[in-house]
Amino acid sequence: MDRVQKLNLVGLSKADYAAAPSTLCKGCGHNSIANQIIQVCYDLSLRPQDVIKLSGIGCSSKSPAYFLGQSHGFNSLHGRMPSLGTGALQANHTVRAIGVSGDGDTGSIGLGQFKHLVRRNVRMVYVVENNGVYGLTKGQFSATAEYGQDLKYAGHNDFPPIDVAVEAIVAGAGFVARSFAGDAKQVRELLKAALSYRGLAVLDIISPCVAFNDEDDSRKSYAWGRANERALQEIGYVAPQDEIVIDDYDPGTTRVVELHDGSRLTLRKLEADYEPNDRMRALERLQRGEQQGELVTGLLYYDDSRPSLAEVSGFGATPLSELPDDLLRPSREALEGLLAAYA
Amino acid sequence: MGVQEPLSSPRVGPEAAAIVNDFSIAVATANGTGSQTANLTLLRSFFKMGIPVHGKNIFPSNIQGQPTWYHIRVSRHGYIARRPPELLVAFNAATIHEDVAGLPAGGVCVYNADIRHSPDRTDLTYYPVPVKELLEGVQVSGKVKDYIANMTYVGVVAHLLGVPLEVVRQALEHQFGGRAKLVDSNFDVVLRSHAWAQESLRKLDPYRVEPMEATEGLILMTGNEAGALGAVFGGVSVAAWYPITPSTSFIDALREFLPRLRKDPEGRPTYSVIQAEDELAAIGMVVGAGWAGARALTATSGPGLSLMAEFLSLAYFAEVPAVVWDIQRVGPSTGLPTRTSQGDVAFAYGVGHGDTKHVLLFPSSIEECFEFGYKAHDLADQLQTPVIVLSDLDLGMNNWMGEPFAYPDRPLQRGKVLSAEEVERLERFRRYADVDGDGIPYRTLPGNQNPRAAWFGRGTGHDEDARYSERSDDWWRNMQRLDRKFQTARGYVPQAVIEEVPGARLGVVCYGTTRYAIEEARDALAMQGVALDVMRVRALPFGPEVEAFVERHDDLLVIEMNRDNQLRNILRAELPQHAPKLHGVGYIDGMPLTAEWVERQVLGHLNGRAD
Repeated sequence: MDRVQKLNLVGLSKADYAAAPSTLCKGCGHNSIANQIIQVCYDLSLRPQDVIKLSGIGCSSKSPAYFLGQSHGFNSLHGRMPSLGTGALQANHTVRAIGVSGDGDTGSIGLGQFKHLVRRNVRMVYVVENNGVYGLTKGQFSATAEYGQDLKYAGHNDFPPIDVAVEAIVAGAGFVARSFAGDAKQVRELLKAALSYRGLAVLDIISPCVAFNDEDDSRKSYAWGRANERALQEIGYVAPQDEIVIDDYDPGTTRVVELHDGSRLTLRKLEADYEPNDRMRALERLQRGEQQGELVTGLLYYDDSRPSLAEVSGFGATPLSELPDDLLRPSREALEGLLAAYA
Repeated sequence: MGVQEPLSSPRVGPEAAAIVNDFSIAVATANGTGSQTANLTLLRSFFKMGIPVHGKNIFPSNIQGQPTWYHIRVSRHGYIARRPPELLVAFNAATIHEDVAGLPAGGVCVYNADIRHSPDRTDLTYYPVPVKELLEGVQVSGKVKDYIANMTYVGVVAHLLGVPLEVVRQALEHQFGGRAKLVDSNFDVVLRSHAWAQESLRKLDPYRVEPMEATEGLILMTGNEAGALGAVFGGVSVAAWYPITPSTSFIDALREFLPRLRKDPEGRPTYSVIQAEDELAAIGMVVGAGWAGARALTATSGPGLSLMAEFLSLAYFAEVPAVVWDIQRVGPSTGLPTRTSQGDVAFAYGVGHGDTKHVLLFPSSIEECFEFGYKAHDLADQLQTPVIVLSDLDLGMNNWMGEPFAYPDRPLQRGKVLSAEEVERLERFRRYADVDGDGIPYRTLPGNQNPRAAWFGRGTGHDEDARYSERSDDWWRNMQRLDRKFQTARGYVPQAVIEEVPGARLGVVCYGTTRYAIEEARDALAMQGVALDVMRVRALPFGPEVEAFVERHDDLLVIEMNRDNQLRNILRAELPQHAPKLHGVGYIDGMPLTAEWVERQVLGHLNGRAD
């Protein structure tokens, strides 16, 4: 048996990105996503010490315990990961942040904080593991569940869904993607792109709940996702040091997006007329997908013109958390000078 | 215009002994008319004359047009508690009747003669001021004219009390930060009004000011400014907040001081201030920043603190430093947003569910606001827990005299934070292990480059290694350690200030700004032969000196500004053996206590009457 482990550019093996074994159900979409996060961080040669993991409360929010065991993490409060992450990233704007939330965490209790996180453009990857159902409390509908759905425990859903991607686009997010836990390659490429993005990157990933919402006719099930996924593009992530190699490059069908850190994204169009640079178009496509029973996936919207919160804040290279004391406490003379005006 | 004849025969005429530097003035106006500038000009004039002074803004929760009062107390003895005013400046038609009715016999009423009002009390001295007439020929227009109209009473009061005009000008210069045009136009009205008063009013009341030297070297500042300045010198680098009276001016001050004092050599900010979408997010940002290693604070008041309960519970349990300034107003609920109280003590002490407990600090002065401003961050870091500073509206929003603040006497206390090298030297880093026996564990910060430094923060049950645990023994052991840490805190927090005298019949216990009324009452009672010991508690959990004070007194009276005797109840619960002798008198109506009220309560208690 070959026991030699391949090392990445920072000399780490894939095992160095692993963490505690998952306690989620076998077959849960969230486990697949956690595995893709491990793979992507290994592939990108990120140092775990330069990454923080954040989450709220729920099945999805448990999952940061299951990847990147050498990264600091915080499994916080239900729906409050955005504010916690905002504070953490203002304290240290030099780390990368991977946030994992769920549809209850983001679509219900945390919708307000989510919208404001988008508005502030905090530099983090915000993954919504979206399964339309509350797992830990045993099967209630979430706000993303489809209109009119019937579930054994929850009964009939009388209300239309909140679309997390639509909310992100409307709130001004510059990176909004939708994916499907059953489409591992697409999840990986989108995660890589998201980690290279300048500000807040929202990934709404349909991630089936095998315990409560995986009937074939459910729009959050594996079967329905596989049958109805309509990918807008075939996505390829190209690291800054790598060359773009595209067979049959045709500017009409393939688009290259330059990301903030020098990496690039190749988007081979699967829908000829879709360009991910038009908010209204993105909303229209999502709406049409919803009406036609399609799971529209891919990079829905991209715009990197808006600075992140850290950029707006004008920080220097050293994070606030690592500033020396003499920059944190002004001098005795400064105090005396200021007080003189109050005499 | 001829000399005004007295409209009544005051009981105290000009022949009566002058009352010098010992009275209170109430200025009644409508809010949003710029009267605050006029009031602060008067306040600072007295201060510049060397007379101990304090001003209280009693304002409505409103932007424009509602009644507002400003109380100024001058006291040659240095007493600055609220005292019902003897002098009234009545410039608000809506309240003039009630304001005049509230004056004591022998009082003085300076009023806007344009208000239709018939002076109807024979035991007052009235001075009508023809405001419109005085403003004729003043070269300003519109709203500015309304603002500047208030300067008429500044001029008249300056004349009646004997405030030198050059002092008023200095006060105006301070008020307008030296903007000459504004100083000139306002001072012009002061001069006109002063000249008119000199010529037209016959001084018939006994109240006067004379220069003293009691404010030499002192500063005049609000508690919110002082607290914010303390935080700046405490290295606060992330502040997140949601606007709420009366805490907003804390953040305003922070946003004024930080850009002046906290830039790195390249001129970049060493701080971040974020206006959050609500208090849940504000405290979330603070806890996130604290976890990541920055010193972080939020400022709020009761309704905001209610919203912060879940994050404060998390921060207690996950052991994350955070500083919360609660500038107390009157609750429950929205309550009286612009009135003062000490109503949040019980809630703040345990805000959060389960066995959550927090460290509280009780500043009583601008010096303590500054000192606790930086010490709160030291304590939060040392104890890895939220520290809640319980100020109040009276302290936070009003101007108080104080000594220039002492520069912090020791460097920032960052507590048990391990560097990458320190982790390397350990056999194993265990986030929640009680290595030193004081209940305080070691932590590492995100960005620590040692691969063994990471830990996973969580509000769920955890073991010493921060791993998820539902084990009963893990839970109990952790909660016992957290309690051990809380006991350790008793030795870290500011000690109570205790003043004892021979022959005292009663031990009075207080905290925060009630000290001013209590100290004045203590002195007055001492003159009557009733000696009091006074202990001013400055933190919870309290240190051993508090228990010792309670121990050596047979009769104690805890005086506080809330209905339910909140601190008294905490003392009773934590010192059950002394519970029967811990009496309490709690009162809350939105106004700061007066010495006269305290005196009555103490005498009532000693005479065996019910609270």
